[in-house]
Amino acid sequence: MISTILFIVLLVGGIGFFGWNVLKMRSNINLGRDVNRTDRRKERWKTMTLVALGQKKMFSRPIPAILHLFIYAAFVITQIDLIEVVVDGILDSHRIFHVPLGGLYTFIISFIEILSVLALIATIAFLSRRNLLKIPRFNMKEMNGWPKMDGNMILFMELILITFIFTMNGADEMVLRETTGESYGFAISSHLGPLLFDGLSIETLHILETIGWWGHIVMVFAFLNYLPYSKHFHILLAFPNTFYSNLEAKGKLTNMESVTKEVKLMMDPNADPYATPTEDANAVPQRFGAKDVTDLTWKNLMDSYTCTECGRCTSSCPANITGKLLSPRKIMMATRDRLVEVGENKRKNGADFEDGKSLLFDYISEEEIWACTSCNACVQECPVNIDPLSIIIDLRRYLVMEESKMPTELAGMTTNIENNGAPWQFSPADRLNWANEE
Amino acid sequence: MSLIVPTMAEMMAKGESPDYLFWVGCSGSFDDRAKKITKALVKILNECKVNFAVLGAEESCTGDPAKRAGNEFTFQMQAMMNIQVLDAYKVKKIVTACPHCFNTLKNEYPELGGRYEVIHHTQLIQELINQGQLVLKNGGTFSGKKITFHDPCYLGRANDVYEAPRELIQKLDSELVEMKRCKTKGLCCGAGGAQMFKEAEKGDKEINVERTEEALETDADIIATGCPFCNTMMTDGVKLANKEGSVEVLDVAELIAQAADL
Repeated sequence: MISTILFIVLLVGGIGFFGWNVLKMRSNINLGRDVNRTDRRKERWKTMTLVALGQKKMFSRPIPAILHLFIYAAFVITQIDLIEVVVDGILDSHRIFHVPLGGLYTFIISFIEILSVLALIATIAFLSRRNLLKIPRFNMKEMNGWPKMDGNMILFMELILITFIFTMNGADEMVLRETTGESYGFAISSHLGPLLFDGLSIETLHILETIGWWGHIVMVFAFLNYLPYSKHFHILLAFPNTFYSNLEAKGKLTNMESVTKEVKLMMDPNADPYATPTEDANAVPQRFGAKDVTDLTWKNLMDSYTCTECGRCTSSCPANITGKLLSPRKIMMATRDRLVEVGENKRKNGADFEDGKSLLFDYISEEEIWACTSCNACVQECPVNIDPLSIIIDLRRYLVMEESKMPTELAGMTTNIENNGAPWQFSPADRLNWANEE
Repeated sequence: MSLIVPTMAEMMAKGESPDYLFWVGCSGSFDDRAKKITKALVKILNECKVNFAVLGAEESCTGDPAKRAGNEFTFQMQAMMNIQVLDAYKVKKIVTACPHCFNTLKNEYPELGGRYEVIHHTQLIQELINQGQLVLKNGGTFSGKKITFHDPCYLGRANDVYEAPRELIQKLDSELVEMKRCKTKGLCCGAGGAQMFKEAEKGDKEINVERTEEALETDADIIATGCPFCNTMMTDGVKLANKEGSVEVLDVAELIAQAADL
């Protein structure tokens, strides 16, 4: 009875707190500007199936892809086991599906056990990659402190979780053997149980099984509630984030309609320059480009929550490879950190609160954004279709169009385009000279 | 043989309309190295009797570098002026040797009202060869040579064109060798995003040096590319490595023009 109450409290508390955090996240994402990503539904489902569910882009680097697949598969399949855990927890029963499902039950649990072992191997491999092999992309400047610890914490939680699962199943196996002489016949624990727990008293085994069961479910809820504070939220957001992917050619930068309106007016010979603007009086004046997270689109903000800091973007960025300050991963991390801050500020101090800080300048420097070659390597590499380039371009737009700040050579280049129709100082009349030159 | 380069204005005066507008681009019009690429392409077009014309003095920057530098005003001014000119001549199809112009015309003009069928010159040349209009009678020019292809970002990742230039290189009697980072993983030459027009930010290496070193690692005799800016960056890289005596940087159009004995 007590255990049932305890379990229900844990269940409701665990899901409730998680839900509350998800709602906060959702309201933060909604601080972004609107962008239409609900067209071409069929293509979107396809992209999500291939990229998120099928992990298509992970496989451009096969070894980490396979290891990651082990953990992913174990994670997904273990959810089936959770159904039984919840039912057992509420009814205070023990392996309620064992008898009704029979052989299928043995198969499912065996499958979970095998995947758990594979996930264990992958987890150990990932921990060594991060801490022993010192893979460069996990040891860059932006990973110092919390991000590095975050990455390790998730992996340690995995280790603990798997340990609890096998403690539970192994001890349970021994209990069954000692009470009935039979075996569950699970692929791993029917061998591991005797190996670990042979000779222990039935009371000790019961205690071990209970520790395993409770430890397992507590870890699951701990993990669930750790997610919103961690980079690890990608396991859920990967799905919507790929669904709402940019489906246009990567080379296409967004068109700024606010500018189109003005340019059309400028080019219209019939436009009256002194006419009172007919625009909606309630329209909120909008900045050109982005200075802070609220100037970005909601998709940019969702991207930032989806980023799991794997660093594939940064390791393929030509600017970063050649030692420049720019790191696309850091752009995403900065966007998320700033978004969390802005969201908290608004909740505490009201929607109009300004803290005098901004994404550009306080989190991302001008030097970083001017180092970008817009080559799209970061966009291509991201396994969950995050687009750091669109943030970089929007920050540039703000700098150039609102503050007229840009490298002097670029100011010259723009003037040349405006005056000569070319980025260099050539006369437009000479454009066809090549045709008559030897 | 002198080049035949009709302008749209001349064509219109004669009441004719070309099949293709050849968008030369600023680099192809003014940069001495890129002009050679322009001429190589015109030789191919002339040889195949492609009915094309250029805008000449009426052409203006697409606005690509301004847009990438964050100046949407300058970009849209350029775009709208160009669209007015293109629409006045009722242009339907455009071919260009510059992937930046290609990307901008193809992807960024439609929303401003400029809708054209835009192809990269490697795609057109491929079509001409496949249709038997262009014969590589001097195919042996490159026999025994190793050629590596540097993917321009605005052709490859930006628009998923990876195969047309490679198929052309494979038509030459030579060996196509790939760099470690190629196709979707190709490393930028360092010129995109308006970097061409400014000094690089502080770092420990120039991007074009990194990329050229990778190209040289393949032991290629020729570094082929399909973008005038990549060409400049790779040519500079080869010079810095003191390899200009043994390694050439050529556009795919130049390779084909040579192989066709033009």
